[in-house]
Amino acid sequence: MRGWRSGSTSRVTGSTTRTTYRQGARRIAPIGAAAGVFGASFAVLSHTAGIDGIAAVVMSATTFAGSAQFAAASVLETGGGVAAAVAAAVLLNARYAPISVTVGDQFRGSILRRLLEAQLIVDESWALSRRSDGSYDRRLLIGGGLVLYGCWVGGTALGALVGDRLGNPERYGLDAAFPALFLALLVPQVHSRRALAAALVGGAITLVLIPFVPAGVPIIAATAACLIGWVRT
Amino acid sequence: MVIILVGLATVGLKAVGPVVLGGRQLPPTLSAVLFLLAPALLAALVVTQAVGGERSIVLDERLLGIAAAAVAILLRLPLLAVVVVAAAVTAGIRVLS
Repeated sequence: MRGWRSGSTSRVTGSTTRTTYRQGARRIAPIGAAAGVFGASFAVLSHTAGIDGIAAVVMSATTFAGSAQFAAASVLETGGGVAAAVAAAVLLNARYAPISVTVGDQFRGSILRRLLEAQLIVDESWALSRRSDGSYDRRLLIGGGLVLYGCWVGGTALGALVGDRLGNPERYGLDAAFPALFLALLVPQVHSRRALAAALVGGAITLVLIPFVPAGVPIIAATAACLIGWVRT
Repeated sequence: MVIILVGLATVGLKAVGPVVLGGRQLPPTLSAVLFLLAPALLAALVVTQAVGGERSIVLDERLLGIAAAAVAILLRLPLLAVVVVAAAVTAGIRVLS
């Protein structure tokens, strides 16, 4: 199709491949910048939850899913314990099972290659790679995902350098930053009536349970709201 | 511990499509349920962080910060601006009160 750049014959599909990866990278650049700052704030906020700088960077590099990382840190910070922190983060990331299924048929090659490339699937790279016909472009996803990954991990490392020097987080209103962040992450997830219902029910379950059960439990209990998905529309 | 477990689980979840299923699809009902986990959990996290105390509901300066953040979200400000607005308003009110 795009033979206009076939000067280098050494790599057969090299020119189109590189162009499209680069397109993905270019289109995601503004979000990448935000991801860098967001990564820095993860390091700062997780510091208040007792996760040190190196651990925060390791988590960004291996988990690479902002909302789940913030969720784990948040549960630890409110005294929810390891089990609740892991459960909250894993359940929050459960959406990646169906998300990765939507792009699954685009990935080729060995198991290891597909496994590694699949790690670049995040909400933003996935949304970027969606074509107007409803299918997905793997190269846009990978190009965008790589930029996001670099920004996210790099941002976390920068934030870790600063985070260790901050004093009492409440002085800076950082305890309000967490819920504001989750609210901002929630809004784009509420794209249907059922998603709105799940959010409202989940929030209500949490509110009712907070006074009666240990920290962390209300968050896990709130996931029952996802059963709304079983109801046919 | 948390980091290792969450990391491993996330790697596995992201691999479901490309590695485990190849090109096949999940049952639609299961997909619908899994997609709703994120909004339900994020809402739970908002509530916990906004009014949660030690086994009690605590209403304090945070709420005004979050209200300001909600306005910022409605104005479609970027994520960072939303978080900064929440923190700045909360910290500002604490200084004044």
